[in-house]
Amino acid sequence: MNCIYLLWLLQVKRYIRSRARIFASLGQPLLILFILGFGVEPIFKKAGQGSYIQFLSPGVVGMALLSTSVLSGLRLVWDRQFGVLKATFVAPEPRILVMFGRTLGGATIALVQGLITMVACLVAGFRPAGIDRLPIALIFMLLIALMFTAMGTAIASNLKDLQSFQLIMNFLVAPISLLSGALYPLTDLPLLLKWITRLDPLSYGVDGLRGALSGTYRFGPWLDLAVLSICTLILLGIGGYLFSRIEL
Amino acid sequence: MIAVSHLTKTFGSLVAVQDVSFRVGKGEIFAFLGPNGAGKTTTVKMLTTLLRPTSGRVQIDGLDTIRHAREVRRKVGIVFQDTSLDGELTAYETMDFHGSLYRVPRNFRAARIKCLLNLFELWERRDNQVNQFSGGMQRRLEIARCLLHGPEIIFLDEPTLGLDPQTRHRLWTQVIELNQQERVTVFLTTHYLDEVERVADRIAVIDHGKIIAQGSPAELEEQTASDTLEEAFLELTGSSIREERSSFLPRMRKMAKITGR
Repeated sequence: MNCIYLLWLLQVKRYIRSRARIFASLGQPLLILFILGFGVEPIFKKAGQGSYIQFLSPGVVGMALLSTSVLSGLRLVWDRQFGVLKATFVAPEPRILVMFGRTLGGATIALVQGLITMVACLVAGFRPAGIDRLPIALIFMLLIALMFTAMGTAIASNLKDLQSFQLIMNFLVAPISLLSGALYPLTDLPLLLKWITRLDPLSYGVDGLRGALSGTYRFGPWLDLAVLSICTLILLGIGGYLFSRIEL
Repeated sequence: MIAVSHLTKTFGSLVAVQDVSFRVGKGEIFAFLGPNGAGKTTTVKMLTTLLRPTSGRVQIDGLDTIRHAREVRRKVGIVFQDTSLDGELTAYETMDFHGSLYRVPRNFRAARIKCLLNLFELWERRDNQVNQFSGGMQRRLEIARCLLHGPEIIFLDEPTLGLDPQTRHRLWTQVIELNQQERVTVFLTTHYLDEVERVADRIAVIDHGKIIAQGSPAELEEQTASDTLEEAFLELTGSSIREERSSFLPRMRKMAKITGR
């Protein structure tokens, strides 16, 4: 536990010291929230779908969680490239604990970024159905953060340079975000797209968040929780395995 | 203290270290020399549990590095060829993180950190972030860090690379003091042969993954009928320029992937 706590604390300390990183990773979700949110709001209302800000906000929080989580993998590639990882690997602690500590740290940072985004959503006019729903929303946020931090770790464990990681992330993050239902409702989609969206684990995260905050689920809370928990466990397993096989 | 027998590491069909055997006694300063790409760093990585040998055996203080990796790690301190410091932490935090990871008791840890940072003249800069340090200061901090948990053996992989003569001189003075006062065994690699002559009790020379000579500096000079250690080294390894080590390992790994081994 000591090792997990230390590695968690290290990630959190680095995050607090990097103000540029805090603001930079908030940029994209806030742009979507304020530009797309207010831009589409009138059309959405005209179409009889209610408030777009109300619909979009849980999706934007999910996107903020996704991008911050996978970016923790970038930190791993950085630490590997610049030697920091070696110092941890020669310590008398099992690598799996090092991986868990780093993943928890990355997930905590993503959770904080998600909460900051949530505050921005409140400023933009989003109103949750009730305060009592926030703990359930927090559970979904934590699961999304853990799942995608583990995915970032798994991918980063196989890469040695920052450029490759950036390319893979761009290739992955955009489709995962766009297919998750964060920006548009997943109803009445063409059949193929409908099935693809169901294969996207973030769809269940966004649905869980949206359901927890507004009370309307598409897949249902238990299915959302089950898919997210299983995916998180699988990705933690894969991430742990690949991390333990890193050769420096 | 260190017993290496028939150590081999291959990456696919490429042999990085081949049938290497040697012993290092307690309290000895042992220099492991060789041209670029000879297999020095690969050997150090196997000795410090970072890399698994293909065959052969390494024992550190009687403990097998594969079966007792965690116990071995407690006994050794390592200064890597390239820096391994986190630039965002302060010097004190770097030491404290390392001490916590090695489970150095809190009360003892604080006193030990102060002592080591004073020894390496970094105490006044303890609250500065490492990325504000010069190369020499970072090197000194790495050595201080590697001593924090009281290792019985320290591995110094080209510790003076890129340092000015003053810093190099001070660093070796401190290493010799540690070796004499605390009987710390030192395993070092370097390309500066004057440093080796100054500090090393014994030397092993590796080339193309094989040990080609072992002995004291005087014995190597005698074996090769040379007047200096540099002449002896060139006599043993030839004078042709070798490829850079940094490109050697990745190339070997790539080759191993291609050949599927």
